[in-house]
Amino acid sequence: MNDMTEAAKLTAADFKSDYKPVWCPGCGDFSVLGAITKALAIIGRPPHEVAVVSGIGCSSRIPAYTTCYGFHGVHGRALAAGAGLKAARPDMTVLVTGGDGDGFSIGGNHFMHACRRNMDLTYIVMDNHVYGMTKGQASPTTEPDWDNKLMPGGTGIRSFHPLVIALAAGANFVARGFSGDPNGTAELIAQAIRHPGFSFVEILSPCVTFRPEQRAWKEHIHTAAVPETDDPARAARRLMTDDGFNVGVLYAGSRTPYAKNPAASAALAELEQEFAL
Amino acid sequence: MPPISPQASTPSRSFSLAIAGSGGAGVMTAGTLLLDAAARAGLFGLMVRTSGPQIRGGEAGALIRISPQPVATLDDSFDALLAVDWQNLNRFGDEIPIGAGSLLIGDSDAGEAPEVFLQTGARLVSVPMKKAAKAAGGGWVNMIVLGLAGTLVGLPAQVLEDALRASWKRSAEALASNVAALQQGIAMAQGIEGARPQPLSVAGCGNGAGRWLISGNEAAGCGALRGGVRFVAAYPITPATELLEWMSPALTRLGGSLLQAEDELASINMIIGASYGGVPSLTATAGPGLALMAEALGLAVASEVPIVVVNVMRGGPSTGIPAKSEQSDLSFAVDGLPGDAPRLVLAPNSIADCLATTEWAVQLAETLQAPAILLSDQFMGQSRSVIDAPKQAPSPARRLVAEAHADGYLRYLDTPSGVSPMAIPGTPGVTYTADGLEHTERGIPSSQARDHIKQLDKRLRKLMQHDYGSRWADVEGDADLAVITFGSTTGAVREAIARAAAQGTALRMVSIRLLAPLKPEQLDRALQGVRQVLVVEQNHGGQLLRYLRSRCDLPGRASGLHRPGPLPLRPGELTRAFIDWAAAHARTGVTA
Repeated sequence: MNDMTEAAKLTAADFKSDYKPVWCPGCGDFSVLGAITKALAIIGRPPHEVAVVSGIGCSSRIPAYTTCYGFHGVHGRALAAGAGLKAARPDMTVLVTGGDGDGFSIGGNHFMHACRRNMDLTYIVMDNHVYGMTKGQASPTTEPDWDNKLMPGGTGIRSFHPLVIALAAGANFVARGFSGDPNGTAELIAQAIRHPGFSFVEILSPCVTFRPEQRAWKEHIHTAAVPETDDPARAARRLMTDDGFNVGVLYAGSRTPYAKNPAASAALAELEQEFAL
Repeated sequence: MPPISPQASTPSRSFSLAIAGSGGAGVMTAGTLLLDAAARAGLFGLMVRTSGPQIRGGEAGALIRISPQPVATLDDSFDALLAVDWQNLNRFGDEIPIGAGSLLIGDSDAGEAPEVFLQTGARLVSVPMKKAAKAAGGGWVNMIVLGLAGTLVGLPAQVLEDALRASWKRSAEALASNVAALQQGIAMAQGIEGARPQPLSVAGCGNGAGRWLISGNEAAGCGALRGGVRFVAAYPITPATELLEWMSPALTRLGGSLLQAEDELASINMIIGASYGGVPSLTATAGPGLALMAEALGLAVASEVPIVVVNVMRGGPSTGIPAKSEQSDLSFAVDGLPGDAPRLVLAPNSIADCLATTEWAVQLAETLQAPAILLSDQFMGQSRSVIDAPKQAPSPARRLVAEAHADGYLRYLDTPSGVSPMAIPGTPGVTYTADGLEHTERGIPSSQARDHIKQLDKRLRKLMQHDYGSRWADVEGDADLAVITFGSTTGAVREAIARAAAQGTALRMVSIRLLAPLKPEQLDRALQGVRQVLVVEQNHGGQLLRYLRSRCDLPGRASGLHRPGPLPLRPGELTRAFIDWAAAHARTGVTA
């Protein structure tokens, strides 16, 4: 079932389910879905050997839109569910997907610890700087002066920089993509999946409903002037001058991923002997 | 009709003794060795640990009861209290009840014994513990205490020495001086003049072959492994941590793994992810952690992913009393989730039962694709007991899984049993998305009324229709007055019922092991012919009483006997309460 001939035949369409997304017309997430399915075709493992795990939010609906094994859990805990799955089933390719609210606000603690743990997972965050599903509130990446109903005049809180946190917390691969460039983003995701350890890919994905001004993002996007690095100090310096629209691989490290399970070395009956008199 | 076991016979004589002192004085080591020696002498025993709130140091006590028969509860008072020193031991006044016939044994150089113990009329015997230890070539004071304690109980000197030698992990030189200290302690006990509590007779008790020495936390961990658990994610919390610390290396050796999570939100979602991946998974926690897990327990219900959550209950609410026992998470476990969320709730009722019931919890969760909450408690979890070696269960339960390329596969198919085949990631041709959103049979999110009712019915039906057999409760006796209880309180209730029977008051006992789902018809059968029930539990609000009233029609006017932790319910006070309650409900002539 997993021979080379079949793997070679896989296309993006093989990873796309027949279930119609709930997203608004023009949502950047359509392109991200396209990029993910393209990346999986590049990787070439059949859909049943891939799991897509998510939490709650517009972009967290992605698992069911693929033909892979999917897990759509609770808000903010996708990385935990994905880590458990990967720990129990290291043979699976595990993608964790979601939005900026799910990943950086309610799930912020898990984000930090997933980076530290460096399990061989790929975390794809579709960042639109807004809560879309609850109809337009500020997320951690929203600009502090963005006016909205819940926080009139803006939150007044400085925005969260996910790449800085990912790098500081120990992610082994850090990159940024843009939904307006699905082919380039597909390459980034494939590279992230192949890279051992925890790979984090932030994908700028406009919300045309609650942040229509984000349609202009395509004009701001530019590729990094310097190549990717395996030196965290250089990557950190680059982030200090980041305008938020720099796309490409920032950092690709060589930290050893979280250890796999060792083979069994004892039977339970032997372990139980410690209790016997 | 569940099999009705014969009423337990009157308990035979037991010996209760407390070893106490400042933390670091080795009282727990002495207690553990005493229990080990008693087991080697063919006796049963229980050792409960108690300590002050300090991280290190502070007062500590090993509360031990030894008997020729299995021991599931502490007695009403202690025959002896041995103190390495008396510092702050007055704080144990309530936990270590002393009678006029008891012995207080302390070091002659350790100052005054606390008034709370002296005022009982117990006799104080002072012996030169520290001096004797020094004289024995630098042996430890707690080995003097072990010699004293073992001899008071009636254990042969050779057995005490065997227990010490078997546990020794340091140099041969240090062993020699500690054996000498032990012998000094034995000689001191033999030299105590005047009346002393009657020691136990060990003649004909054998050598403990075929028995285990185990804590409730270890037993629960072992039961989980027998049930097939191979992945654990957890966050450290008192009093569940030892369960995890025992499982961690054991899982590694069995080819599984334990992952320390960043918090309980992560740990439960991790085990849901792992179990979704096909590996039976468990976490262990206590009240504060269980509260954090509520949302994901609902996810396990809705997405039909089997998991086991061992909740080692402690005093609550909030941080409460972390290192002391209470049965106050029952209401939360059976009812505390948003939405209509059928789940399994089980409670082991002894240390030995921690093994069997955790194993059963794994089997039920796997079979029924539902979360199971196991309500253990600090009393069982952190106490050690001598138990008969548990029988090997036939084979771990297997969940119903989907075949590769199964035709028209629907993950949440509305089957007659309510259980539908689960596709395990890696299986070709049956991929699906597990969802906490309400969904269709295929697993597609749906807010349609018909899908909601169909899936709600399915999830309830699979738990209600399952045949749980007779293990749902221990039903003992056939009297027309019944005491209902659960969990660790069962030990004291069982002993109190036996004592009441010896005084002419017959009572039936129903100890409920499967608390949810609770099938009213099963309880009706267990209470057939019963006129009145008394519900006994260790919490402030009478949670079991309220739960039973909400689910069943109890006979007569159900009343409750409940008290919060940390003090255990003792068999003596229960015996008096049972006799009074039975007298108030005595059959008067012909009932209408």
